Amino acid sequence: MNDTLAKTEKRTAYVLTLPAVFLVFAIVLFPIFANVWISFKEVELKDIRIPEPRAKKIVKSISGETTKIKILYKLRNSSLLQEIRDVTFQDKYPKNFQPKDLDKRCEFKKNKLNCKFGNWPAKYRENFEVIFETKDGSNVSKNEIKSIKPKLKGKSDNILLNTKFTLKNFKKVLFENEFIDLLLTTFYYTFFGTVGSIVFGILTAQMVNQKFFGRTFMRSVLLFPYVAPVVALAYTWELLLDPNSGTLNSLLINYQIIETPINLLGQKYIVVNILGFDFKLRLALTTVIIFEIWRYFPLAFLFILARLQAIPKELYEAADVDGASPFQKFFKITLPQITAVISILFMIRFIWNFNKFEDVFLLTGGASGTRTLPINVYQQGFAISDIGTGSAVSIVIVILLLLFMFFYFKLLGKRVDEN
Amino acid sequence: MKTKNIIIFSIISSFFLVSLVSIWKILVTLQGIKLENFNFQIIFLLGFLVSLAHVIIGNKLNYILKLIIFSLIFIFIDGYLIQSMPIWYNIGVFLILYFFINKIKKFNNKILEEEHSTQIIIFDFLTLFGIVLFSFVILFPFYMMVVTSFKTQIALLVNPLDFSINFAQGFKDLFKSYFVIFKSYKFGKYILTSTIVSLGTVFITLVFAIPAAYAIARLNFFGKTFLSTSILIIYMFPAIVLVIPLYTVFSQLGLRNSIEGLLIVYTATTLPVAIYMLQGYFKSIPKELEEAAILDKLSWFGIITKIIIPLSIPAISSVALYVFMIAWNEFLFSLMFLDNPNSFTLSRAIQYLSGDAETPRQYLMAGSVIVTLPVLFIFVYFEKYLVSGLTAGSVKG
Repeated sequence: MNDTLAKTEKRTAYVLTLPAVFLVFAIVLFPIFANVWISFKEVELKDIRIPEPRAKKIVKSISGETTKIKILYKLRNSSLLQEIRDVTFQDKYPKNFQPKDLDKRCEFKKNKLNCKFGNWPAKYRENFEVIFETKDGSNVSKNEIKSIKPKLKGKSDNILLNTKFTLKNFKKVLFENEFIDLLLTTFYYTFFGTVGSIVFGILTAQMVNQKFFGRTFMRSVLLFPYVAPVVALAYTWELLLDPNSGTLNSLLINYQIIETPINLLGQKYIVVNILGFDFKLRLALTTVIIFEIWRYFPLAFLFILARLQAIPKELYEAADVDGASPFQKFFKITLPQITAVISILFMIRFIWNFNKFEDVFLLTGGASGTRTLPINVYQQGFAISDIGTGSAVSIVIVILLLLFMFFYFKLLGKRVDEN
Repeated sequence: MKTKNIIIFSIISSFFLVSLVSIWKILVTLQGIKLENFNFQIIFLLGFLVSLAHVIIGNKLNYILKLIIFSLIFIFIDGYLIQSMPIWYNIGVFLILYFFINKIKKFNNKILEEEHSTQIIIFDFLTLFGIVLFSFVILFPFYMMVVTSFKTQIALLVNPLDFSINFAQGFKDLFKSYFVIFKSYKFGKYILTSTIVSLGTVFITLVFAIPAAYAIARLNFFGKTFLSTSILIIYMFPAIVLVIPLYTVFSQLGLRNSIEGLLIVYTATTLPVAIYMLQGYFKSIPKELEEAAILDKLSWFGIITKIIIPLSIPAISSVALYVFMIAWNEFLFSLMFLDNPNSFTLSRAIQYLSGDAETPRQYLMAGSVIVTLPVLFIFVYFEKYLVSGLTAGSVKG
């Protein structure tokens, strides 16, 4: 009895979860494997359309002979690049029809015309004509013939499915496109964006954890950048930072802080003089990182605030009794309590920043030294339309992510052991 | 010791005052008023003197009287002697001083004598300063977005610092950009597409996620732990990696430029979070209810529709809102899959609009306001639901 119950439970569980699991696997996991496949192929954007045999049916009456009709099929290969093999053709006709002078490639059986057209090279075109007459001498109705569509089939190499592999794409990614620079940019973007958003998250969470008038309002406001659509925010920032008539530059010039406008999103380097030394700062990259911090610190804020509110009040009361200063309280009580959240946040934000595409794409399009790996996927795959190389970049991203996760968990595992 | 504390207090509080007044001055400049100098030194000095006087005078003078005298002296020097400013500027300064003196009220002789008083002062003022600064930094771009959408191209080019809105020009001229983007750029259609896609995603996600989450929360089956951990790992997987394979497959299946294609992708990418959030909630529902239902021979369908769903309306609505926001804000897939303007979503339409360098920026900003408003409205209105959802699943991004 119990056994059958367990069995039905199992079956129910599979029925309930299967649709969701199937969908997620099809859309999320399958592409990751497909990427591996594509990355070893030489594929371009224009290759991915499957070639099809096509036919346009034109019905022509023959003058003076109402029992006969001419049907013209305009046949063509839809692809300009690939051939189609073993093209077969089938069309249906009214019962009383009979063909005259049938093409050698075809045969007529049970009102159906079957043809074998063989192989069609790329760009192939042919006008194929059949003349029919009615067996019983009745008149032909054109509309009946027109309403039936011919069926064509053919085999073609789907360039994605053949077994020709190449290492070219990886060579291109690793050795041609300043790969080290790409990696460094991605790393700067990810690392500083992550650290910055966590630092600001701690500061704001600490702030909002205090009691003051308008605190709930403040909490909503702090989350605005995170919930608003990235498109709107990116264009607003672009307007704000525009060198010609952007608000920020106009303000700075108005207050005589700078003399000429700075192109914050379009200038790769700026020389900063600190204590007599000249430093070259990646200007556009810094701006993009600041945008990233601005947009994503709310996540850190929210997580840390939730943790702060769960810290038992007794800890602080005890500290007050001991005469601890506010800074001591922060460093000795608050900070140790939130390290776990911070390390999780670091991982989440690091992974997501590493893959962030929209923000950089909308702000700079990857120009002036802000080309990160995700941007490169897009540029290779769609701007240069070299899908194979784009996939190879995706694979590099996945490998780096797995490496990061591996080291992260190894380090974290060690820390847990020590405790 | 005490003098040192008083001086530190005065310095820090006047820094705070300077930042308040500076933000006010930036806002005033953006109303088209010529203001080229912050006068940091003078304001700092004045702030210092006010704080100092406040501590020294203490309770000898009535609080309100003190407030008014200080503010008036300040305004007289800043707004009248140094730079002649319109009256509303001075009213603003007066309010800032009112706020400021209110804040420093609690710092009297007694507190300044206490242990750690410098740290308390620094901590307090850092908090205040942070609140003011962060509100400004966060709200400013939103303010810019709204105000720019009400301006005209010429006005913006003539004086890029003049963001004052002329309400006298009448409703039609004020909302001109909005009329234009609806009329000439078909934004009505894009809003419709975005709404259909977002609501569709919410619906399909819930239909798939509720049974799956129920099974994970309640039933025992082989592969359950594997499933629940893989959900989270899949959630971490980057969207950019999916783009090329999905693009090729969708092109071959003819799913590009179609709402169906977007719906499939959005549903699949939001399902993991939805399942994760829901199963957590389902676990908190007492099991006894279902046991009673099983005795009544209710099928799993009955259990889900008659017991689980009615009991978890708050969690389901939070997931729904949250999925809606993800789908509404989504940009990457709509960029990749849509290149026919007839099937654009709002985000994609705005990006397309910006691709044309000739497009006046107030149109762009009007579009941005339109795409932002629903999300912010939902967020503010349903904040309680959403915040719990955010911390449980955290919006992907």
